[in-house]
Amino acid sequence: MSGTYLGMPAFPAAARAAVRNPTLRGNLRHATHTIRAKRARAVAEVEDWAELREAGKRIKDHTLRHLDTYLERLEESVTAAGGVVHWAADAEEANRIVTSLVRATGETEVVKVKSMATQEIGLNEALEAAGVRAYETDLAELIVQLGDDRPSHILVPAIHRNRGEIRDLFRAEMAAWGRPAPEDLTDGPAELAEAARLHLREKFLRAKVGISGANFMVAETGTLVVVESEGNGRMCLTLPETLISVVGIEKVVPAWRDLEVFLQTLPRSSTAERMNPYTSMWTGTTDGDGPSTFHLVLLDNGRTDTLADEVGRQALRCIRCSACLNVCPVYERAGGHAYGSVYPGPIGAILSPQLRGTGSEIDASLPYASSLCGACYEVCPVAIDIPEVLVHLRERVVQGGPVTRAGNKVVLRPAKGHAAERAAMRAARWAFGRPGALRTGQRLASRTRRFHPRTLPGPGRAWSETRELPPVPPEPFRDWWQRTHGGEAGGK
Amino acid sequence: MRVALFLTCVNDTLYPDTGRAVVKLLTRLGVEVDFPMAQTCCGQAHYNTGYRHEAEPLARHFAGVFGGYEAIVTPSGSCGAMVRELYPRMGERARAEGRGKSLAATLAPVVPKTYELTEFLVDVLGVTDVGAYYPHTVTYHPTCHGLRGLGLGDRPRRLLEAVRGLELVELPGAQECCGFGGTFALKNPDVSAAMGADKVRNAESTGAGVLCAADNSCLMHIGGTMARLRSGMRPVHIAEILASTEEEPLA
Ligand code: SF4
Repeated sequence: MSGTYLGMPAFPAAARAAVRNPTLRGNLRHATHTIRAKRARAVAEVEDWAELREAGKRIKDHTLRHLDTYLERLEESVTAAGGVVHWAADAEEANRIVTSLVRATGETEVVKVKSMATQEIGLNEALEAAGVRAYETDLAELIVQLGDDRPSHILVPAIHRNRGEIRDLFRAEMAAWGRPAPEDLTDGPAELAEAARLHLREKFLRAKVGISGANFMVAETGTLVVVESEGNGRMCLTLPETLISVVGIEKVVPAWRDLEVFLQTLPRSSTAERMNPYTSMWTGTTDGDGPSTFHLVLLDNGRTDTLADEVGRQALRCIRCSACLNVCPVYERAGGHAYGSVYPGPIGAILSPQLRGTGSEIDASLPYASSLCGACYEVCPVAIDIPEVLVHLRERVVQGGPVTRAGNKVVLRPAKGHAAERAAMRAARWAFGRPGALRTGQRLASRTRRFHPRTLPGPGRAWSETRELPPVPPEPFRDWWQRTHGGEAGGK
Repeated sequence: MRVALFLTCVNDTLYPDTGRAVVKLLTRLGVEVDFPMAQTCCGQAHYNTGYRHEAEPLARHFAGVFGGYEAIVTPSGSCGAMVRELYPRMGERARAEGRGKSLAATLAPVVPKTYELTEFLVDVLGVTDVGAYYPHTVTYHPTCHGLRGLGLGDRPRRLLEAVRGLELVELPGAQECCGFGGTFALKNPDVSAAMGADKVRNAESTGAGVLCAADNSCLMHIGGTMARLRSGMRPVHIAEILASTEEEPLA
């Protein structure tokens, strides 16, 4: 993923700043609660939502099980329709392919449709290093780009910004990228949108190369699909001479009619709309209509490794609707940046440590960035059991075990820094396996209760900094039971 | 009817009043309660922190202790969900790893017989009015594992509505997690504390004097936050409210 995330601190440390920033928390709370309520209404309108969710899950599972077959079929259809297919094993290879394709056109500017895949591989940075300037054309992405910022939400990358901040940014930065913002720009939504529209229009009309991702790829017909709300994507997909689409291999669906399911569940889950305002589909090239050259770069970058894991592979069903972010109480407080990846929130917490491995501090901490409340699983339109995968990845972090990295089976060793916890878990298991020992401990705690500190040492300190500890009662329940009901002494 | 009380290690050690309330309540409803002394912990903390292998012997122990009973009742939504939802999954995983068929077979009998308290009252005993009296304004927090794990639905609410003297008021943002999450409270203290503080603020906005839930772990976190924020509210387990009567009111 993007180099900007290298060396991120672990999640708890990254989240601390956000929790203590009242403006950020206010922005996030307002935005997520608004969309959350709208989504619930949009979903409630559909009578067969449960069936659609199940159908989406099954289509994705079936496709993933036969991914090789469907990808080959896709390659055939795209080629037959006049496109060129490239395979990229990782971010570096994908960037190399795209850079050389752009170079071959002789252009030094490209327009971009908002795309998670190109962010994942850090394409803009790679292009810049090669002397090519990439312009983001999605409004929120434009805000992020102008602010030299990082996206903090899948769908609304600038969710952490409010209108006043955006106006200041437009006024300060737009001139350096093209048409400047008007001097007297206010923070009215219509004025902000108009300033962005005029700024972007210039780019659309000049660009010879467009770069996009895709929400879906249909194996049967070789068709790519992008859904969006603003129409800027459609401009990038039709006006340039060359179109390059970088798409994760898990985005393929077998047949045209499979879209029926996702074109219902995706908009309602993401923007709470019944249908996306713009649904663009393109199949290869057509003379005199749209780009005359079309390249499809199929991106792996950790996806087949993820597919090898029986529990974790369900993360690849994700259609990036971001519903799980909007209901997540942890995301709401920690903000998207704390997840150290272009994939924040619950899905990021299970996807990043699988795509990148659990080697870095941030990736090893992500499986713990959840209270396992289950709200994400409940809203997910493809029924990804995110809590199940989180617990599975926690196991990988603390106990190690077999994983697939770059196509090879390797056995991970337990992560460092969990030794004390592991010892405590073993000790607790030992005591809980022996009711007598448990009872001795309880009695000791009861007898010494007057001497218990009000603050705890070690990892427990985090608890007593913000919460009072419950007092230990004079008598545990089992002693009371034995005193009043008899029963054998101390259990077995 | 004779049932086994699975109190959970947290309640046994820190909240014996809840255990006594369950015994009092069920006895009043004509149920014979047994407390198997060999019980310890369901293994949830181990499992959810990533120590599945450490949780397995505890699950076996649980099945050994409770396997012979007709029904197992627990006043904890999360420990109930551990047995009902996660024991089958643990069995499946062990089988998939080729570690014998026995774990799944050992755990299977206790899974369908384990009930969270409000579920047992409404579904098995078929009562919503348990004859309780509790003259206070109460707001109810449906804990995540009770709400989404076990699907308790409106059972707790129906039980509370039938309590004489009790005024039930709606908790804003009721379905949002309080931020406890077991070891989450220790591993992500800042986020957890922020979630807890928001829950307490929402509870205070109701004007109720009591916040009630069906899980003492969440109540420990919420109550600890209330005490630190010097809130006038008290956390109370639903079993204690349901056990309270005019003759023997909750202290
Ligand atoms: S995990 Fe599910 S809810 Fe979250 S973004 Fe992906 S599809 Fe949407």
